[in-house]
Formats: sequence, structure tokens, C-alpha cells
Amino acid sequence: MTLAEKILAAHSGKDSVSPGEFINVKADLVLSNDITAPIAIKEFNRLGVETVFDPSKIVMVPDHFCPNKDIQSAEQAKMMRDFARKHKLIYFEVGEMGIEHVLLPEKGLVLPGDTVVGADSHTCTYGALGAFATGMGSTDIAIAMATGEIWMKVPPTIKFVFHGKPGKWVGGKDFILYIIGDIGVDGALYSAMEFHGEAIDALPMDGRFTMSNMAIEAGGKAGLFHVDATTRKYLKGRAKRKYTEYFSDPDAAYARVIEYDAAKIEPQVAFPHLPSNTRPISQVGNIPIDQVVIGSCTNGRIDDLRLAARILKGKKVDKRLRTIIIPGSQRVYLDAMKEGLIKSFIEAGAVVSTPTCGPCLGGYMGILAAGEKCVSTTNRNFVGRMGHVKSEIYLANPAVAAASAILGRIASPEEIA
Amino acid sequence: MARKGKVFKYGSNIDTDAIIPARYLNLWEPADLAQHCMEDLDAEFISRVEPGDIIVGELNFGCGSSREHAPVAIKASGISCVIGKSFARIFFRNAINIGLPLLECEEAVDNIKAGDIVEVDLATGKITNLSTGKSFISKPYPDFMMEIVNAGGLVEHTKKKISGAK
Ligand code: SF4
Repeated sequence: MTLAEKILAAHSGKDSVSPGEFINVKADLVLSNDITAPIAIKEFNRLGVETVFDPSKIVMVPDHFCPNKDIQSAEQAKMMRDFARKHKLIYFEVGEMGIEHVLLPEKGLVLPGDTVVGADSHTCTYGALGAFATGMGSTDIAIAMATGEIWMKVPPTIKFVFHGKPGKWVGGKDFILYIIGDIGVDGALYSAMEFHGEAIDALPMDGRFTMSNMAIEAGGKAGLFHVDATTRKYLKGRAKRKYTEYFSDPDAAYARVIEYDAAKIEPQVAFPHLPSNTRPISQVGNIPIDQVVIGSCTNGRIDDLRLAARILKGKKVDKRLRTIIIPGSQRVYLDAMKEGLIKSFIEAGAVVSTPTCGPCLGGYMGILAAGEKCVSTTNRNFVGRMGHVKSEIYLANPAVAAASAILGRIASPEEIA
Repeated sequence: MARKGKVFKYGSNIDTDAIIPARYLNLWEPADLAQHCMEDLDAEFISRVEPGDIIVGELNFGCGSSREHAPVAIKASGISCVIGKSFARIFFRNAINIGLPLLECEEAVDNIKAGDIVEVDLATGKITNLSTGKSFISKPYPDFMMEIVNAGGLVEHTKKKISGAK
């Protein structure tokens, strides 16, 4: 069996499962946010149950439009907060929160071998820890909150192998964009993605989160890494309960095996309006930009900010554009302060926001006007995702975003450093 | 409910931001969401849609976010079902869960144009293009999903299970 199959079998009381099988899966963690919780709560109430299955396994995070961006968002956030307090769920108020997918691993709430279901498509982020984590809708989450179980169809697994050693400015974001550019936005539809190879073994935890995060952008149900020394080191001091490490069998059946040479991959830029519309940085051409966003559940972790700061320190961003930097959590924000990164950003002419999803989904804190172009470290560049339908988003890694901020056009970090 | 009406036809990879832009995710009443359904892709959709009408998409319809607001907005706009060559995973389960039928049928998609009048029989999976007289059979749901559909959605399905267990 593959890693995904083993975790799903263990959580459905079976010795083995195979792709296509419908199973009821026990959830170790059930997640929702200020946008998806209100509908989940409404559906939960319709079920006619009094209590949740286990308050210590249900998390709610106010991150999308919080701190509240307007009255309607305030009402939604309040609905979630009231429910969370009434049922004594795990809840992070503004002040201790962060973007859910940065926050949960950081707090040690997700561990290897877990199954996590979340009313947010980027719940797949936790695959980086060797957990089976997948996004669903609010009604699914209502059922999971009530019963602790949810139906799933066992996905086939596609194995991706990155051989060799990548170049200096190439990381998890480039690997995953490269995959999506290769297989398309539905290339892994309904499938689990499993990442392997020397370049993957050498990838730090934050780069792994970035890759798992964007599995959904290839249509994937989950994006999984095996636990290794890097994972265990990350979990040390965070994990407060026992966990199980699962490994794919040597003879596990994969739907496909796709191999790449990491050394040949340049930093990738996804052009509007699909994450699959990728080009290597050398083929981008001259594209002047109006805004740079560095943050989100894809690239808002400390490694991402360190990378951006390496480029921005002692430099100035181009005066014609806005550079917006959003640490993914309060912890990331504090660490960035201690390391002097925030100072470098502000001195370079960037603004630094409190943790929030904000502009990533066109909420607030950096909405684009018609005709404006933005280089963003986020995960989606759909039409209108960050503002006006005639605005454009170019997805890239934090080094490319930082270099672009300095030069006022999409640029390679090589041009700066 | 009659699943019969005129067709709105869209392309591949219609994403959830196109179906309901994130700027409206501070709304959650179905009727409010419906007012902005498809707005960025087809500004006339909401003024033209009538109860029973059908959306036809190509590949990977509903890709992107997990927002249940997307199928909710489509359903509340009066659309009776969506026909596509394939659907994004989360959109698919959300639609089934809230009772918006989706039909997978390549042949039908290739043989239906915008504005055609189409009728769908959910029980048999038969899709008839009344404008051309041609009909097609969509891929049947797995039994497990049919149970959810027949119960009227996941909440009803679970309610039955919970009361059965007592
Ligand atoms: S940062 Fe963006 S992609 Fe991540 S959870 Fe928030 S809105 Fe979704």
C-alpha cells in the first residue's frame, strides 16, 4: 500500500484499502475558518445534535477576513467565535492566530499519520508532515464535527521524484509550480501526490509545506511526504501526543511515477490566470508590476521571510510599486522581528501586516485595480482572485517576489544578489 | 423539480472564484450569494437565468477553493443541474452534499450549445438535447453517492444514520 492508503486503512478500521473504495474515515482533526465555519455551523444545527464529537479535535481559525474587514465579516467571525466558545473548541483569537495552515503545524496540532479534514482547500498542506489531510466543504465539516467521521473515496497515488540538486534560488514553490505546469491544473485530479528524491530529502520543512499546500492546484486530494529526520526535528517540542509514522511499501502500486531533474529547474513564474501557466524565470521577459505580496499559507513561513529579507536587506523597493509582506502567524512575526527581518522590510520600503489571508483571496490589505499586475507568493492566480477582474497575478517564490519588488518588474534574484 | 431549461455553456477549469468571487464570501445566505453567481465570468448570467436552466462546462468544473458557497450560489440561482466532462473533487462532493446534481458526460458536452434547451432525467442519467433531439447517458453515480443523493443531501443522510443508530 502507499502512504495515503495506509493512513486511510488505519483510520477506517481496515487492514487494507484500495483506490476507488468508499470508506468512512475517523478524523483526528476537523478544521474550519471564518468563511466556511458559518455554513458548517448552520448545517451542524440542522443535524439536530447537541454536542460535537470531541472538542479537543475541532479547530476554528479566524484568518480570512480577520481582524474583521467589514461588518458582514465581523458578523461571520462572531458566529464562529460564539460557537467555538460554547462548544469549547480549539480556537485562536486575533492576537494568537495566524493563517490556519501555518498555525496548526506550528502549534503541534497535526502530527504524522493523522487524518485531517478541513473546510478549506489548502488543508492538504499538512501532508508535509506525513498526515493525510484534505479539503472539503462546510457540510462535510458539519458532519465531521458531529460524528468524528466522514466519507472518502480512496485516491490513487501519483509518485513524483526529484533527482539531483536544485539551483540556489529554487525551492519547494518552484518544484510544485513545475509539476503543475507539467501535468496541468487537473493533472492529479482525485489523486494523492507523493514526493520523493534527493532534492525532496534535502528540502526544509517550510519548503515541504509549500509543496503540499499546492497539491490542490493540480487537482490533488492530498500531497504527502514521508517522515524523516527533518520532520522529526520540526516536531520536537511541538508534538504533545504520540504519533505513528507510515511508509509506502516498496512494492506499493502507483497510478503513475513522474521523474524530474531538479538541477534543470529554474525559478518558476505562473502567468495569469492559471497556476499551470508556468514559465522559467529566464523566459519571462519585461513585465512591469504594481504590487508584490509575500505571505499566505503557501509562502508565509519564517524560511520564506528569511529568503525575501536576504534579497531586500539594504535595498529599496521600486517607488512605483507597493510591497506587502504578511507573516503567516504571530510566531513567524515574532521570529522575523527577533532576526531583524521586519526592520529590513520596512527600511526597504515594504509594509508589514498582521497575519491574515488578506489579499490572497482578494479580501483586503492589497486589492488590485483594473490593469494592475502583482507578483505574489500565494497559490492562485485566477481571474479576479486578488481584486479587479482585469488585474493580473503572477505566482512565484519569495526570492523572485523580492527581486521583482526592487526592480519594479518580474525579476530573477540573480539580478540582485 | 423539472430539470429542464436553457443552457449556459462555459469552458474548462471554471474556478470557484469565477462562480462566486471571494469578495462576496462575507455573505452566506443562498439568495444573497446567487445575486453574484458567475458575475466575473458572465455578467448577464444572473439576469438571464430561470428556474430549471442548466450549466454545461468542459473539464475540471469548479476547481479552486473549498467554498461550498459555489454550488450553493449555483443552486440558489435556479440552475437545476450542471453537466460537465469532469468536476473538481471538492466541488463535486460539495454539490452532492447540498443536493445540486452534477452529471459527467463528455458526449453530451460536445453536443450541447449555449442556448439549447436540455432535459435531464436524474433517475436514468438521460440527458436530452431538445433543440437537436439527441440524447446521451451520463456516468452513473456509485451506489454510495446515490444514497446521499436520494436522501436529499449529506445532512439528511446523516440524520437518518444517527436516528437509525439510536
Ligand atoms: S492564505 Fe490564501 S490560500 Fe491560504 S488559506 Fe488563506 S485565502 Fe486560502
